Amino acid sequence: MSKVKSKVKSEAREKKKSAHEPLFHVAKRDRIPFWKSILIRFGAVLLAIAVCILFALIFADVSPDMLIKSMVDGTFGTERRQWLTAEALARLLGIALALTPAFVMRFWNIGGEGQVLMGALASVTCVIYFGGKVSEPVLLLMMLAAALLAGALWGFIPSFFKALWNSNETLFTLMMNYVAIQLIEFMLVFWNPKHPNMDPLPHGHLNLFPSVEHYGDELTMIVIIFAVALLMFIYLRYSKHGYEISVVGESENTARYVGISVKKVTMRTMALSGLLCGLVGFLIVAVFDNSVSTETAGGLGFTAIMVSWMAKFNPLVMIGTAGIVAFLDKGAACLNTNLGSVQIDNFLTRSMGENAPTGIPTDLPNILVAIILFFIVGCEFFINYQLKFRKFEFGSKKTERKEEAK
Amino acid sequence: MKRILSVILVMSMLLSCFLFASCGAGEKEGGADAPVAKSDFKLGVICLHDEKSTYDKNFIDAVKKAQKELGLKDEQIIFKKNIPETNACYDAAADLVDAGCNVVFANSFGHESFLLKAAKEFKDVQFCHATGTMAHTEKLPNFHNAFAEIYEGRYLVGIAAGLKLKEMMDKDPTVVPKIGYVGAFTYAEVISGYTSFYLGVKEIVPEVTMEVQFTGSWYDEIEEKNAANALIQNGCVLISQHADSMGAPTACEEKGIPNISYNISNAAACPKTFIVASKIDWTPYFKLICEKTMAGKGKEIPVDYTGTIETGSVVLTEINEKAAAAGTAKAIEEYKKQLVGNTRQVFEVKNFTATVTDEKNKNATTDAKGVVTSYMADVDTDAEFAADTEVVTKTGVLMFEESKYRSAPYFDLQIDGIKLLNAKF
Repeated sequence: MSKVKSKVKSEAREKKKSAHEPLFHVAKRDRIPFWKSILIRFGAVLLAIAVCILFALIFADVSPDMLIKSMVDGTFGTERRQWLTAEALARLLGIALALTPAFVMRFWNIGGEGQVLMGALASVTCVIYFGGKVSEPVLLLMMLAAALLAGALWGFIPSFFKALWNSNETLFTLMMNYVAIQLIEFMLVFWNPKHPNMDPLPHGHLNLFPSVEHYGDELTMIVIIFAVALLMFIYLRYSKHGYEISVVGESENTARYVGISVKKVTMRTMALSGLLCGLVGFLIVAVFDNSVSTETAGGLGFTAIMVSWMAKFNPLVMIGTAGIVAFLDKGAACLNTNLGSVQIDNFLTRSMGENAPTGIPTDLPNILVAIILFFIVGCEFFINYQLKFRKFEFGSKKTERKEEAK
Repeated sequence: MKRILSVILVMSMLLSCFLFASCGAGEKEGGADAPVAKSDFKLGVICLHDEKSTYDKNFIDAVKKAQKELGLKDEQIIFKKNIPETNACYDAAADLVDAGCNVVFANSFGHESFLLKAAKEFKDVQFCHATGTMAHTEKLPNFHNAFAEIYEGRYLVGIAAGLKLKEMMDKDPTVVPKIGYVGAFTYAEVISGYTSFYLGVKEIVPEVTMEVQFTGSWYDEIEEKNAANALIQNGCVLISQHADSMGAPTACEEKGIPNISYNISNAAACPKTFIVASKIDWTPYFKLICEKTMAGKGKEIPVDYTGTIETGSVVLTEINEKAAAAGTAKAIEEYKKQLVGNTRQVFEVKNFTATVTDEKNKNATTDAKGVVTSYMADVDTDAEFAADTEVVTKTGVLMFEESKYRSAPYFDLQIDGIKLLNAKF
């Protein structure tokens, strides 16, 4: 950071010396009042919504009121959608929480997807080999233990290599995702060569609230994940481990100087990170899917990186950022449903003639979500840096122009 | 400050969760047997992918056609596209029921168990599933499977391919009659398809052989293109495919190899090489399920619907005269008549031979010449995939009676003349 800062400053200084001062230059902010940062974020969201509305209007013929109505309808329109949105929030939050301790340590764990999948695979393995042979509570405990172990292992391996041989953790964790995906594909064929889509298994179902009508599963997920959020907040903020993690994240040299074993903290924290991902994998299997596929994590392992990052690694703020992403996701899906059978008539579809798709392009919602997230993440730049515009000096400008005229 | 805000957020989230919990779900009025006014009727359609996949586009087009013919408004059809074969399918189905759909249709094999879960919960709504196998054993009044005798369509395009192959051999005597086929998985659906296609070609060119390359995915443009290119490299002079991307047709157009497609006409994209395509037209089925439900007779939707050439479910696209051999249209008409009139059976046992070894065709019995005399197929779905039904039976002639005991294909016999290059999927 400091390098960038000094570079920017020196560049600015150099520019000042030259005759043509740029229209603006970038400078690092020292401190920004809280209200100002909120204002910037709020402004970014408004701007993003405006861009989205324009984009949807031009490319897909979607009116602004339809767009906003669909977004709200898709997330809160029916009781079921409210539950599913809350559950999507919890699922995303769970993975984001799992990644957070690693991120605080400045260890870029891109492997959430794989760690969740490994947890799910381990759970399903238990169901396949022990389902029906042991009682359900015992089976659930076995599934949980296996999932935690598998997730922790998948997190530990990259950190072990990082700690011992300083390998690149971003690439390593990323690749571990693909190993996990391939392993699942292999196991599915191994278990059932003729039918690699696994149907839901009859054993190992977890529902902590069987008395709640219809939505006991969702409530189970929400309650467990929120409890984890609270524990994670306490762990990072008030425990010795949490302190060590933040010191290692700030400066490894400082950590070494005060007698923290960087290697130990790295490996321990990554194992914890993977362990929690494994927990989410277990929950997805036990509470909802009762089976495993490469779609089990559904890419949330990657989305969660953003959720954690947008919340500045604060577990409680993360509830809000996970909520935003869940809202966008569910709302966008509803946009597809609401406009899925309406024939769009604009300059793009007209050129396609008979092959024009029914309804809006299915990628449109994803593009809109991307625009909004881009603005939310992008506005961090304006919170950390400020633009200093050139002061207009009309007198000197006039003389310049006169000189040019001559 | 930040912390307080966060805590308030948590509290409100938690509170809202419990608020949701307190209100119950509304029940539907009427019941499964009550007629539905046309203006109140709604159809929900769950698709695995979107129009980019030829498989899904075929369904979406059929829904649009049925909608037009029935006079339904756009708002009465709700699409859920890109729904994976996970619990998300159940969520989508339940959401469609909430939206007031009277019939919910799902188009992918892997959707079945999740759709079944919804069918058990929402008894007043009809659930229809294409390509599935469980309806005839589950015996729910509101859960139905459907498929079509697409092997007859593939046999007919096989005739077109055979004529083309014959034309190529007549023009250049050095041409070796070897054709290629890109398949998705080693499922019965694919095996039944490529075998009937091969038998169609063989009817015209008896010495033909075929190689099959599998991709392990229903939609993987790069893999399908690679598979087609590998087959061309192996000396295949004509290619067909059963996978849903433009991968194989594009490879054929680039290399100038004649291609027979599935589900969609590629006459525009591949004008030099596309000959003809067979497809399942789902319009008759969509019309049927909508009309029955509107009349309050949802229970009468067949448990296991099998579309045929007669019902208009098995159709061919227009023939691309630029690529097809002369006389193709006439020959197809002739064979079609024979199939409809039951004077010709695609899987009549005398049309092919098979070899029984320890590895393959374990469920078959053959005579000394390799003619199949018995085959036990896995018709009733169960965990062990046990062969449970004798399917080599006599209706007029002795044949492998595909789509008779269940609408979804169960022909998974490996006949002589077809070589599987990779069978890992």
